[in-house]
Amino acid sequence: MSEAMQPKQLVPVLTDEEVAEIEHEIAHLPDRESAAIDALMIVQKHRGWVSDESLFAIAKLLDMSAAELDGIATFYNLIFRQPVGKHVVMVCDSVSCYVMGADQLAQDIKSHLGLEFGQTTEDGNFTLLPIVCLGACDKAPTMMIDEDLVENVKSSDLTEIFARYV
Amino acid sequence: MSLQETKPLTGRIEEVGGVVEFADYVAGGGYEAARKAVTTMSPADVISQVKDANLCGRGGAGFPTGTKWGFVPQGDAHDGGVKYLVCNGDEMEPGTFKDRYLITYNPHLLVEGMIIGAYAIGAEKAFVFLRGEYHTPKQALAQAIADAEAKGYLGKNIFGTDFNLDLRIHSSGGRYICGEETALLNALEGKRAQPRTKPPFPPASGAWGRPTIVNNVETFCNVPPIITRGTNWYRDLGITDDCGTKIYGVSGRVKNPGLWELPIGTTIREIIETHAGGMQDGFKLRGLLPGGASTDFLVEEHFDLAMDFQTIRAAGSRMGTGTMILMDDSICPVDMSRNLQHFFAQESCGFCTPCREGLPWIEQLLLDIEEGRGKPGDLDILDQNAQYIGAPGNTFCLHATGAIEPLQSALKYFREDFEKHITDGKCPYK
Repeated sequence: MSEAMQPKQLVPVLTDEEVAEIEHEIAHLPDRESAAIDALMIVQKHRGWVSDESLFAIAKLLDMSAAELDGIATFYNLIFRQPVGKHVVMVCDSVSCYVMGADQLAQDIKSHLGLEFGQTTEDGNFTLLPIVCLGACDKAPTMMIDEDLVENVKSSDLTEIFARYV
Repeated sequence: MSLQETKPLTGRIEEVGGVVEFADYVAGGGYEAARKAVTTMSPADVISQVKDANLCGRGGAGFPTGTKWGFVPQGDAHDGGVKYLVCNGDEMEPGTFKDRYLITYNPHLLVEGMIIGAYAIGAEKAFVFLRGEYHTPKQALAQAIADAEAKGYLGKNIFGTDFNLDLRIHSSGGRYICGEETALLNALEGKRAQPRTKPPFPPASGAWGRPTIVNNVETFCNVPPIITRGTNWYRDLGITDDCGTKIYGVSGRVKNPGLWELPIGTTIREIIETHAGGMQDGFKLRGLLPGGASTDFLVEEHFDLAMDFQTIRAAGSRMGTGTMILMDDSICPVDMSRNLQHFFAQESCGFCTPCREGLPWIEQLLLDIEEGRGKPGDLDILDQNAQYIGAPGNTFCLHATGAIEPLQSALKYFREDFEKHITDGKCPYK
């Protein structure tokens, strides 16, 4: 990435709060680049996703190339390089939930929200994604909505569950 | 006998009846092990006590913890550089839910275990690598770290000595491969989580090229009780040759799925029938993955075996994380295999060709068989490719090997199901 493609004025895209949080992480690490994942997650926490503009600004702040940072960002499934809805719904598709009927549940969630995996509702409220084992296998099937773990999910409860996130 | 004597990891949780807060932990004798180790023992003494206790890693591989710690150069690093202690809290092995429980309900036990571990190897910097989805455990752990810092159990001059420890949480960005020790270190360094070549192993060259020890959450939680109560007590806890207790778990169609801390070496049948309450009415147990998705299936002939590292290895599988996934008679073994291979194909880091290309191909072949498009000869192709992909050494790390373990054993124990799909041209379970 040439210097010309990372103009300095893109740095102010990050808020003072974001920069402060990222610098706090850097202070505990041996070098600036090591904070790459933390920085991406911090910006995503504030903005919902990591836009190209954000990516360029973070790369500049960490003193690394935007191409390298994008290689990192796109490796990790919890870092979103596309806009997502206000609430992200992640449905477990791993083996314990599978045994407890997760495939049918996923179908029912798709019909309920009118979405396929990877899509966002037209009103921008929900994005639907699959997720691997959420570590609550004794309470399968499970899903996670934003930071809330939902356990023992039944298709008959979907209306009530999603109503909490409108 | 107090609960903590028979259940050193979870006894205090039961006594308190929920989350063990700082005051509860201290009232139950908490941080006395760290105080004893840091103020009265040499690092070499701590390592030899953990070695004598025969504590084996609880993340799945079962490597002796004291031996691993002993690989780190003792004393100050000769070049004046730092050493690191890392806790692998990236619990992503499907079917595994024990570390979430320990971190959420007894976070100080982990913190105390890490203080002792860091003292033993001479690390002043430690990280807990935590799953990004573990929001509740992260809150509990962050609170525990803050409480320990406030009391001077973390930070500078711990217990009035010259030992310092900075303990930080790294929230993962996702991906199962982060659980692989060297991939985890790359992720910790802010890079793509691709496994590194070994050797050098992390105790020689780990995080940022420095000597590093990586241990599982449950492993660290075993350390404080070993220091407090001694090696004889610890060795006597186990039923078989392995020592201590183990957090066993059962998921699937049992009456009472959950986790139980039991003497290591408890039989599979006792775990399922006594603790998990047996199968739900109308369902029969056909097989199980003993310790997560990457372990070989076990079947009826194995159910009286002791759940310990050696016994399960001798039966051709691995105890792994000790949290078993049950396959009842309503589940199609072909479709369950497809589900497992979907996971491993998706989670391959993409570095090695057999894993990146082979696993999706196997998933597709299983989907074809499941949906009635299987052809004669497909099982031979599966057998053959399982060997190519799964043989250790054909790929950089053990991801592909782990993926193939449940497939090869499913082909062995449930072969008639695979054959019937192909001859009937449909899934008999649908």
